Amino acid sequence: MALGAQNPPPQLDGRLQVGTHTLASRLIVGTGKYASYEQMAEALALSGTDCITVAVRRERLVNAAGQNILEHIDTGRYTLLPNTAGCFTADDAVRVARLGREILLSLQNPGADWVKLEVLGDSKTLLPDPIATLQATEKLVAEGFQVLCYTSDDPVAARRLKEAGATSVMPAGSPIGSGQGILNPNNIRICLEYLKDGDPDYPVIVDAGVGTASDVTIAMELGVDGVLLNTGIAHAADPLQMALAMRSAIEAGRLAYLAGRIPKKLSATASSPQSGTIAPKPR
Amino acid sequence: MNVFVNGDPHNVSEGTTVAQLLAELDVTARHIAVEVNLELVPRTQHAEHRLRENDRLEVVTLVGGG
Repeated sequence: MALGAQNPPPQLDGRLQVGTHTLASRLIVGTGKYASYEQMAEALALSGTDCITVAVRRERLVNAAGQNILEHIDTGRYTLLPNTAGCFTADDAVRVARLGREILLSLQNPGADWVKLEVLGDSKTLLPDPIATLQATEKLVAEGFQVLCYTSDDPVAARRLKEAGATSVMPAGSPIGSGQGILNPNNIRICLEYLKDGDPDYPVIVDAGVGTASDVTIAMELGVDGVLLNTGIAHAADPLQMALAMRSAIEAGRLAYLAGRIPKKLSATASSPQSGTIAPKPR
Repeated sequence: MNVFVNGDPHNVSEGTTVAQLLAELDVTARHIAVEVNLELVPRTQHAEHRLRENDRLEVVTLVGGG
C-alpha cells in the first residue's frame, strides 16, 4: 500500500478536557516573574497556550499610575485560571478563590467557575499541606467550584483529592520553581493508575518543577494530560525561545505517549538485516 | 470614621458605601474584588453596602502568578 494512501497523517489527538473547560493546548502557563508585561504577552502567545494562571493580591492603592496585568492580557483569547497561591490555611484559600471568581465574573471570563487550589504547608519548600488542601477542596466543591488541586506526587493524597470532588489532580514534578523536573516518575505513574482507574478521561496535570523542555516531554510521555508551568519559561535566559521549546515539548511528549514507546532492553537489537553481510561476524 | 483598607487605616465619612470608597480610591472597579471583615461583598452590593467603624476591607486584583 502506498504511504498514506488510506490513513490520514498522524496528528495530535483532541483537546484537553478539564471539567467543563475544553482547552486547545495541553500546556497551561503562568503569568508571573516575566521581565515585563510585554515579554509575558509575547511568551504566552508563542507557547500556544489558551489557559493562563493568575494570582489574587491586594491592589496597590498608593500607585494609581501602576499598570494592571489585565491591561496586557486578552481575556477573550485566554481562559484565566485563578490560583490561591500564598495561602497557608484552607479558610484563606477559600476566601481567595471567592475573590478571584468575583473578578473573573466581572471580566466575563469563562475561568470564573474554576480555581487552581494551592494550600501550602511550608514557605521554604512551598510543598502543599495535604490535610488543608483536602479540607479546602471539599469546601470549594460544595460552593460549586471546579477545583484543580496542586498536590505533591503522593498517590494516596491524589486519590483522596479526587474522591473529595477535585476536577483535576495536579501533582508536582518537584518543588515550585525548582526546575528539577519530574523527580519521581514512579509516583506520577501510580497517581495516573489510581486516578484513571475506570475513568481514563480524568485529567491529571503535572504542576510545578519543570525546568526545561525535556521535563515537559517526560511528563507527557508518562501519560499525564497536561503540564502547568511558569518559571521554566519566565526565568529562562530567553523566555520567548523557551516558550516555543515548551510548545514543541508538549506536542512531542503527547505524540510519543500516543505512539507507544519501545520497551527498554539491556542489549542491542540490530536495525539492519543480520544476514547477507559481506563481513564475517566476530561471534 | 476609620476603616482599614488592605491593612492601612483610612478615614471615610459616616455612611460611606463600598462603591463610594472605590470611587474615592480611584480603582478600576472591573479589575477588583472587595471583602469586608473576611466576607466577599459581591459587585452587585457595592452601591448599597455601607461601611461601619473599624471595618476591615481587602481590595484585591489579579497579578501575575503560576
